[in-house]
Amino acid sequence: MKKLIDYTKILRSKNAGPLFITFDLIFNTKEDMEYVESRLKKEDVAKAYEIDEDKIDIISYGVVNSIKITFPRKNISGSLADGDIYGCQQHMPLANIEV
Amino acid sequence: MKIVALNGLLGYGYSKEALEIAFSEKVDYLGVDAGSTDPGPYYLGSGKSFTDRGAVKRDLSLALPRALEHKAPFIIGTAGGAGSSEHVAWLKDILLEVAREQNLSFRLGTVLSDVTKEYVIGKLDNGELIDMSSDFPANREDIEKSSRIVSQIGIAPIVELLKKKVDVIVCGRACDTAIYAAPCIHEGYKPGLAFHMAKIMECGAMCSEPVAAADVMQAYMYDDYFELRPANPIRRCTVDRVAAHTLYEQSNPYLIYEPDGVCDLTNSVFEQIDDRTVRVSNSAFREAEKKTLKLEGVKCSGYRTICPATVYDPKTIENIDTIIKTVTDFVKENTKETIPENAFSVSFKTSGGKESSMGIIIDVVGETQEIADTVCALVRSRMLHCDYVGRKSTAGNLAFPFSPSDIHVGPVYEFSLFHLAGVSSLLETSQIFTEEVGK
Repeated sequence: MKKLIDYTKILRSKNAGPLFITFDLIFNTKEDMEYVESRLKKEDVAKAYEIDEDKIDIISYGVVNSIKITFPRKNISGSLADGDIYGCQQHMPLANIEV
Repeated sequence: MKIVALNGLLGYGYSKEALEIAFSEKVDYLGVDAGSTDPGPYYLGSGKSFTDRGAVKRDLSLALPRALEHKAPFIIGTAGGAGSSEHVAWLKDILLEVAREQNLSFRLGTVLSDVTKEYVIGKLDNGELIDMSSDFPANREDIEKSSRIVSQIGIAPIVELLKKKVDVIVCGRACDTAIYAAPCIHEGYKPGLAFHMAKIMECGAMCSEPVAAADVMQAYMYDDYFELRPANPIRRCTVDRVAAHTLYEQSNPYLIYEPDGVCDLTNSVFEQIDDRTVRVSNSAFREAEKKTLKLEGVKCSGYRTICPATVYDPKTIENIDTIIKTVTDFVKENTKETIPENAFSVSFKTSGGKESSMGIIIDVVGETQEIADTVCALVRSRMLHCDYVGRKSTAGNLAFPFSPSDIHVGPVYEFSLFHLAGVSSLLETSQIFTEEVGK
């Protein structure tokens, strides 16, 4: 089975302010975007990041064949337990989700 | 109207040639963002900048004379990286040094946006403090512990200063968008277009390809659209890049929340005008019924000492959990008489694994630097020599890359406040000053 990262041309994570982490998935084609859109479930993301499903927002942005995923950081940026202040290396659990 | 973004962050650099190209035609406003919360809470707490003084001076010294020649007000947002009055003073000092060296004179406007604990407690008591995340509710204790609190100003104080005909504006903590949206709204352009343009411009040439936060960007405002074209001829704006940029660092790609209201990009239209230029139209704006300002505060959580090390032996890596437990128990036992248990915390930040090698950072935060030092030294020495079943490498478990092995990081800050405050006026947290420089 293919992984989520295999469908994307850009897959990145970044802080959306210190309390939230946001992921941008940009696809080469509309078909890839729609395929992932129809199959990626909040529960998969919740499982990959060990967070509550109802805290996850998934928004499609068709203008540039993309999907945005946002949820609260488990450890807010710069808290003692945080290991990624900018949040730009948090994408791998998402990248490895099988779609 | 032409508005130029020096780059995505003052001190990150830009091409001088690109700046000259941008100023080869009439420029009406120049802007630059000089700060961010991305580097974490330390900088607001310590009063220091995450940007370098020398690099900030270089970026200012080329741009300031150009802006003055063109009579283009130069707007600098979030001075000194975090925008407290201390950070503003740091930036002003550099600005005045540049002015002296180049014999420049101008009218300077400054906006301070620090707020007091009492102000925030007042908001809390009046139910005017709004949580941005349910995981981070506002609480009195954290507010009282805060060492610095700033408010993110919107366009209002900048517009006030533009009315006073200043040449340069140095802002404390400011919304990134306010830098570029304020002059457009001051000149009567539609707020939907102004805020959308500003959201893209605040990152410099990030919306171009090849992508670069460290280069000059240009926007041209018209009544019903705006156009974006990078100044540097090696870069171009494309519809994909420009549209994709509204995804960046935003929780929602369609809506940009501002103190004044919300910029709605649902119906925005992006068009490729020529090889390097993109036109954007139809971005809307809805005024908020209740105006809000974002407050950012930090508290000091102790003092940190760290020790970085590498483990190459797969057998040691296999036993790392046992080693960490042994070490943790040992430290507890050996500090029982001398250091209260809640006066420090130890964590092990590890990466890698058996397949290659494991990086470990022993991370100790204590109530004082002395406590952090003592605990870190105990953890390090015990971990170095910790035995485990089947151990062959009995000389030591850790490769230290440095001598000294333990590093003082100093005070540690954490966010204590990141909330919206309902306000009766968008100027209520701003202090505005004007002064003549070099006259």
